[in-house]
Amino acid sequence: MVAGVARGLADHIGVDALVVRALFVILAFAGGAGIAMYAAFWAFVPVAPQSLDDGGVVGYALGRRRRGRVGRDRFGDNGQYIALATVAIGGVLAVQSLGLGLPGGLLWPLALTGFGAAVLWRQADDAQRTRWRTAVGGQRPRLTTTLAGAVLVFAGAGTFLAYHAQLGQVRNGLLSTAVLVTGIAVITGPWWLGTVRALSTERRARIREQERAELAAHLHDSVLHTLALIQRHVDDPREVQRLARGQERELRTWLYRPSSDQERDFGRALERALAEIEDSQGVSIDVIVVGECEIDDRLNATLQAVREAALNAAKHSGSDAISVYAEIEPSKVTVFVRDRGKGFDMNAVPEDRLGVKESIVGRMERHGGKAFIRTAPSEGTEVRFEMELK
Amino acid sequence: MKPVRVVLVDDHRLFRSGVRAELGSRVDVVGEADDVPSAVAAITALVPDVVLLDVHLPGGGGAEVLRAVLPKLPDVRFLAVSVSDAAEDVIGTIRAGARGYVTKTISGADLTDAVARVADGDAVFSPRLAGFVLDAFAATDAPSIDPELDALTQREREVLRLIARGYAYKEIARELFISVKTVETHVSSVLRKLQLSNRHELTRWATDRRLV
Repeated sequence: MVAGVARGLADHIGVDALVVRALFVILAFAGGAGIAMYAAFWAFVPVAPQSLDDGGVVGYALGRRRRGRVGRDRFGDNGQYIALATVAIGGVLAVQSLGLGLPGGLLWPLALTGFGAAVLWRQADDAQRTRWRTAVGGQRPRLTTTLAGAVLVFAGAGTFLAYHAQLGQVRNGLLSTAVLVTGIAVITGPWWLGTVRALSTERRARIREQERAELAAHLHDSVLHTLALIQRHVDDPREVQRLARGQERELRTWLYRPSSDQERDFGRALERALAEIEDSQGVSIDVIVVGECEIDDRLNATLQAVREAALNAAKHSGSDAISVYAEIEPSKVTVFVRDRGKGFDMNAVPEDRLGVKESIVGRMERHGGKAFIRTAPSEGTEVRFEMELK
Repeated sequence: MKPVRVVLVDDHRLFRSGVRAELGSRVDVVGEADDVPSAVAAITALVPDVVLLDVHLPGGGGAEVLRAVLPKLPDVRFLAVSVSDAAEDVIGTIRAGARGYVTKTISGADLTDAVARVADGDAVFSPRLAGFVLDAFAATDAPSIDPELDALTQREREVLRLIARGYAYKEIARELFISVKTVETHVSSVLRKLQLSNRHELTRWATDRRLV
């Protein structure tokens, strides 16, 4: 309860904390050995680093003491202070009852000072843990607690002096101490500030370094790899174009797009499908999407039909650039696929050519949509897809 | 016809020499610059008809050049050229005063056309920019402050849709049975709305798109 020593030991040995605490108490009555042991453990055994999962602390080294839980509630904190205060008062009463002849005027200030010091040291433990925890947004050591501890220590010391010396001397003493402390603060202030700044600078540098490493890893995996491939295909312009275009698209997505976790978005799905055609056919397809909505069965059919149209354009039109424009409105989705290639005569398409009739127009009509093809020899082709939204 | 005097601002030397080689005889590259201060100095000294402006520049980016030059030389026209597709870059540069936006993959002939168009005082929209504008002006739930500036007309929407579909101005004119001049007027009007509309969602929309 006081500093978590008992629980740390209990964790390490593998028994209940209560047992260890009881042992400490029994030993404490045996000539104070328990108290001495407890104090020694507290002072010399390092606090176990908190692991990040809730309350999951591993006392992996011998004697690592564990204290409290991650995200300990206020009550836990206050409980500890109450325990500390009880120990202080109990100690005083115990000493007095033992009749060691120490005058109360000495004992009470001692207890007060001791309690204050304990609070301060405990706080220091917290600060240490906070440093480990900064990664998960831990709390700062509380200023109020620190101040309270300091006040207690000074009050204890003051009472002691006041009891044993003339008040005037105390005043002088306190004054000179205050002057001294202020002096030390002024002298060492810049150093402290410097240390704090150096710490934060270092942390920033570390974050930057991490980001740089991530960027370098990405560039290495993608861009450098593609550049190497391009050098090996210098005599194949189509392949070079395909590689460059694919890399450009990937890098753009990485730089300008939030992580595309919206698998179900129509616009994204359309971009992905057309990117595949770009890759396999070595043409460039400009995709502009306005608006966004979730994909459903009918939109999935639309997507397949659009894909078919783009594939036709890539394979047969002879145009190396295709424009796709999709507009998603609240009530309907309209998609245009356009090339500036050689076009064709709609009436001259043989009946057995299923591509246009079946997989584009037929597919759209089966799902309650429409597809219109506008083309003429040497005029290019544009297919318009319309699908009402439910 | 007198060639259009152009200053090239881009921090990639390779790109500058590439553009110089590609631009046709209608364009005369009179100067180059590779960062914000040198660009401001060159433009102020040469007073070109058109500045080809890279969006990403050392020293503050293309928008910084626009802010430094436009108040002093309002007649210099800027055409933004960039590899970036980020909405905030595109919308940001237009709102800072550029009269058009094209991507760096544009062909030499198209770039020459775009420069001539900007020199004539018209606006140049790439399909991507048209898509952004349609998206930005569609995404409005908030009441508009100035109805004239804060919404697109039906005709302007149609023109933008055709641009997004990859139509050239000439093709748009034929499609809508209007003159090329009228298409240009519509696009310029959209540009004006894009630049002057106080609808703060416009900027927020652009930023949001990146942060979603």
